[in-house]
Amino acid sequence: MNLHSIKAIYNFEMARWWRTVGQSILSPVISTTLYFVVFGSAIGSRIAEIDGISYGSFIVPGLVMLAVLTESISNASFGIYFPKFTGSIYEVLSAPISYVEILLGYVGAAATKSIILGIMILTTASFFVPLQIQHPFVMLFFLVLTSLTFCLFGFIIGLWADGFEKLQIIPALIITPLTFLGGSFYTISMLPPFWQKVSLFNPVVYLISGFRWSFYEKSDVSLKLSLIMVSIFLLVCIILIRWIFKTGYRLKN
Amino acid sequence: MSVILSVKNLNKVYKGDFKALNNINLEINKGEIFALLGPNGAGKTTLINIICGIVNPTNGEILVDGFDNIKDFRKTRSLIGLVPQELVGEAFETVWNTVNFSRGLFGKPADHAYVEKTIKQLSLWDKKDSKMMTLSGGMKRRVMIAKALSHEPKILFLDEPTAGVDVSLRQDMWKQVRALQESGVTIILTTHYIEEAEEMADRIGVINNGEIIVTENKIDLMKKLGSKQLILELYDPLNFIPSSLSKWTLELNSDKSQLTYTYDSIKENSIPDLLSAICSAGILFKDIHTKQSSLEDIFIKLVKKS
Ligand SMILES: Nc1ncnc2c1ncn2[C@@H]1O[C@H](COP(=O)(O)OP(=O)(O)OP(=O)(O)O)[C@@H](O)[C@H]1O
Ligand SMILES: [Mg+2]
Repeated sequence: MNLHSIKAIYNFEMARWWRTVGQSILSPVISTTLYFVVFGSAIGSRIAEIDGISYGSFIVPGLVMLAVLTESISNASFGIYFPKFTGSIYEVLSAPISYVEILLGYVGAAATKSIILGIMILTTASFFVPLQIQHPFVMLFFLVLTSLTFCLFGFIIGLWADGFEKLQIIPALIITPLTFLGGSFYTISMLPPFWQKVSLFNPVVYLISGFRWSFYEKSDVSLKLSLIMVSIFLLVCIILIRWIFKTGYRLKN
Repeated sequence: MSVILSVKNLNKVYKGDFKALNNINLEINKGEIFALLGPNGAGKTTLINIICGIVNPTNGEILVDGFDNIKDFRKTRSLIGLVPQELVGEAFETVWNTVNFSRGLFGKPADHAYVEKTIKQLSLWDKKDSKMMTLSGGMKRRVMIAKALSHEPKILFLDEPTAGVDVSLRQDMWKQVRALQESGVTIILTTHYIEEAEEMADRIGVINNGEIIVTENKIDLMKKLGSKQLILELYDPLNFIPSSLSKWTLELNSDKSQLTYTYDSIKENSIPDLLSAICSAGILFKDIHTKQSSLEDIFIKLVKKS
């Protein structure tokens, strides 16, 4: 394991982020605050409690996941796409490091950013609504697992993309709908039975459900199932990455 | 002399069935400066990129200091520094960070003193806190060199290092390249400036259409392929070449004041005869000099032939 190299990539990526940390943190925090104002206070005050939790508090885990998911994908995909785009990837490819080490550097940095962001949003939320986290370790575990999984997924998108449109298209066409329909703002049980079934095909449902459980011990699906589904998704990403690295797909001619 | 890099039966077919390299065999000796010449699209960058691990070979074998560049990639890549043809880099990073990053990336522990020395040698010290995007093209090129040297490579690839570099800086760079050679680094450079190869290289390889046409010691190459000219400045204009000199291919210039004899520098041995024949024909000359054909002439000749 070439620790110097991993550290170099990790630090370089983090430094890039620190330079624009205002933007990187501020924009998700502002948009989350807006959600709280609109859904938590304005509309939320007219919505009955869900599972005995005020609507404002209910949406917190979902909003954190929403931001973490989106930012993980965009950070990780951009992190690897950018050097491919500018050509500076030549240096990484010519360095004495394995693909796994490249991955650890890039995905590690992207996941760190996501985790910091998740915590920032949680902190912001605590100013607006009463928060209780009944299982902080499970909460952290989900946060880390989700960040890692979706950073990996973002990394794959960044490798696959050969233009800026492609970088945007998967998040816009797939991820945003999945997250909005993933139960951030409602429980699945509020849906008609048919749509409840459909929702079970949405991986984001399991993430949000498990994450919410760590706060309020209330969930749409069992914690175990949530964990299994997230692990499966993580595994799929790892297998895909392995294939990409084996073939040099979109990295080397 | 020991071989530090050897390329055996290397082929590269790019996607879409374009054959960029055709059975390349090449050996580079430790400590030499090797210049790879060839027209645009000949395959120079492709060859370098395969050796450095940036492009996958289709087949063939590459040994760097005896290590296979795929199986033992950690070993071989840490021996190699690359200055790519294109000026690329992180526009918003400072020179200092970008060079230190390269060192770390190549697995070396941080060494600010060494990085400082390298940056100073390339006359970039006053720019160390500038962002890459604010540098001129020539400065960026030097940053790329600093990055390549940051991890103390034993082999340095310079893919057109002096493209877009002004004359005085170019000579500076030549000096630095020689200093590197003296410190034991093997240098492989590509260039379109023949005088650069002529000035710098110990050996020269010519590549065209993905094939190595020739690799030769520079002096031998110039001797072997170089024709030489013997030029006589005449006292009086000469109206025609006397028949007693018809044995030699002589040319008279337009104002009839110069007689030129073009010959093969290796096979020729009749110059004394020629001179005495000229004297006996009563032709007087006030000066005599010879001209060796340049590498550029040789290069054009080679590429045309293949
Ligand atoms: N990624 C690629 N996909 C397909 N063809 C490529 C690719 N890269 C290079 N080629 C082709 O391979 C050939 C050799 O290119 P290469 O860049 O090695 O030439 P070169 O000798 O470095 O030329 P130059 O002097 O212009 O830098 C060219 O015909 C080029 O079009
Ligand atoms: Mg080239």
